[in-house]
Amino acid sequence: MSDKKPERRDFLFTATYAVGAVGAAAVVWPLVDQMNPDASVKALASTEVDVSSLKPGNTITVLWRGKPVFIRRRTQEEIDVARSVKMEDLIHPEKDEDRAKNPEWLVMLGVCTHLGCVPLNDKGDYDGWFCPCHGSHYDTSGRIRKGPAPWNMEVPKYEFVNANTIKIG
Amino acid sequence: MSDHEYTPKSKAGKWFNDRLPLLTLANHLTDYPTPKNLNYWWTFGGILTFCLITQIVTGLVLAMHYIAHADMAFESVEHIMRDVNYGWLIRYIHANGASMFFLAVYIHIFRSLFYGSYKSPREIIWIIGIIIYLLMMAAAFMGYVLPWGQMSFWGATVITNLFSAIPFVGEGVVTWLWGGYSVDNPTLTRFFTLHYLIPFLILGLVVLHIWALHVPGNNNPVGIDVKKPSKDTVPFHPYIVIKDGFALLMFMIVFAFFVFYAPNILGHADNYIEANPLVTPAHIVPEWYLLPFYAILRSVPDKLLGVVAMLSAILILAVLPWLDTSKIRSAVFRPLYKQFYWILVADVLILGYVGAMPAEGLYLLIARVATAYYFLHFLVILPVLGLKERTIPLPLSITEPVLGGSPNMAMAKKNESKIE
Repeated sequence: MSDKKPERRDFLFTATYAVGAVGAAAVVWPLVDQMNPDASVKALASTEVDVSSLKPGNTITVLWRGKPVFIRRRTQEEIDVARSVKMEDLIHPEKDEDRAKNPEWLVMLGVCTHLGCVPLNDKGDYDGWFCPCHGSHYDTSGRIRKGPAPWNMEVPKYEFVNANTIKIG
Repeated sequence: MSDHEYTPKSKAGKWFNDRLPLLTLANHLTDYPTPKNLNYWWTFGGILTFCLITQIVTGLVLAMHYIAHADMAFESVEHIMRDVNYGWLIRYIHANGASMFFLAVYIHIFRSLFYGSYKSPREIIWIIGIIIYLLMMAAAFMGYVLPWGQMSFWGATVITNLFSAIPFVGEGVVTWLWGGYSVDNPTLTRFFTLHYLIPFLILGLVVLHIWALHVPGNNNPVGIDVKKPSKDTVPFHPYIVIKDGFALLMFMIVFAFFVFYAPNILGHADNYIEANPLVTPAHIVPEWYLLPFYAILRSVPDKLLGVVAMLSAILILAVLPWLDTSKIRSAVFRPLYKQFYWILVADVLILGYVGAMPAEGLYLLIARVATAYYFLHFLVILPVLGLKERTIPLPLSITEPVLGGSPNMAMAKKNESKIE
């Protein structure tokens, strides 16, 4: 093969395979992509939540894009604990100041970053959250401290529309 | 395919067979020479075929009443249980049938491990079997999601999230699998489609599994090659058909016990609560047949490595024919392997037990030791054992252990050589 000079036929074969491969890929892509989130799913992008009834130490769970979101009005003690943690003690170092711009309010996806269970409130070794599925402990800032989860609970994009309403997404 | 030429007796049969040799195939399957010393552990292939057909038939019927929609799935299952004629029976057969299927497949796999059925020249049969086993797990998992109860929902969440451990593309893959940002209606509809598809893929692979089996023929408890057809073999029909049939009847008694007397004992009460994306049940556990792998997943404190360990535990079986360096098939002639075999059985049972328990304290420690041992067995013990072990001499034929020491021995050997 190698010492033979390429002929017209070799060129035709190569060209045919190449066009065939491109064609097959072009046909496969719509079949694959149809499984991605559709327009109606994407349309449910944001949720507004009234948080006026929350007292310090209370948490509510709301549904956003099918996922639970924890909104916690933290006590001063919880804020102090969260802000005094040294960065080198964290598995996924993030400052509490960056996670909760307004220290009283912690807004995050209530989804354990291990395998997606909903952690339980006011539980665990760090008095934050505890995931019952595989034993991940989160602190009062929702940061992973112990267990198999690799990251802190995710803080979604949100803003205060007014003093009593948070818009998530 | 057949070991001898076959001509149908009737003229019409001959006419048909010349055009499509189905009768030759049927004749091959009835005459197929089978080692005469097969014990009852060899009846699980037939039992598994029965399980597959039962699942396909009951599943087909259930699909006539089930509605694959997040708002209606749970109610439609209750509708099947309460309103559909014999719906309760069909659903309980299907749900417990999955457990029976796995019970039989585990016995079938451990039979193969004991008698070395995975070794040359049967590696392809074994690998096809492992693929079937993987597809069974996928089908069972997706089927468990369909009733859309709490365990369905959270089981689906946890298992699909395993893919998020893949570096870089993990989150994208999970979103793609879900068709959204969480397990929801798009996930349910695609799981239903795939749950319907997979059994037919399994059926196709079962045909290949049996085809690959019929090339070298069955292994047997002594684990030596038989000459076929010879004094060592009996035709599949009626000998094996009757034996398989009797074993199947015994198996169906166990099956019927679960269906009629304890239909929910293998399930979880939480699955009779409709799926709620805001609350995870306090203690989520997979079905019993996935527990050993679940224990391996949880025993590793790192997310990615945990998933890798769990998948490796299954995939390591595919390379087993090359990890086991011993040329002797049957554990009967491998005194050390026989002991390690039973330790492995115990190890897997322990993993299953701790997989059902909370992942903390002593349970976690046991899970870690058992996980380490599981891999040690396949990666260290088997390769070394094959080289070091002093095995018991093999008999000349499978007839010898039966007639050995009796005056008939000489006659048996004479007959053997005559057939050769």
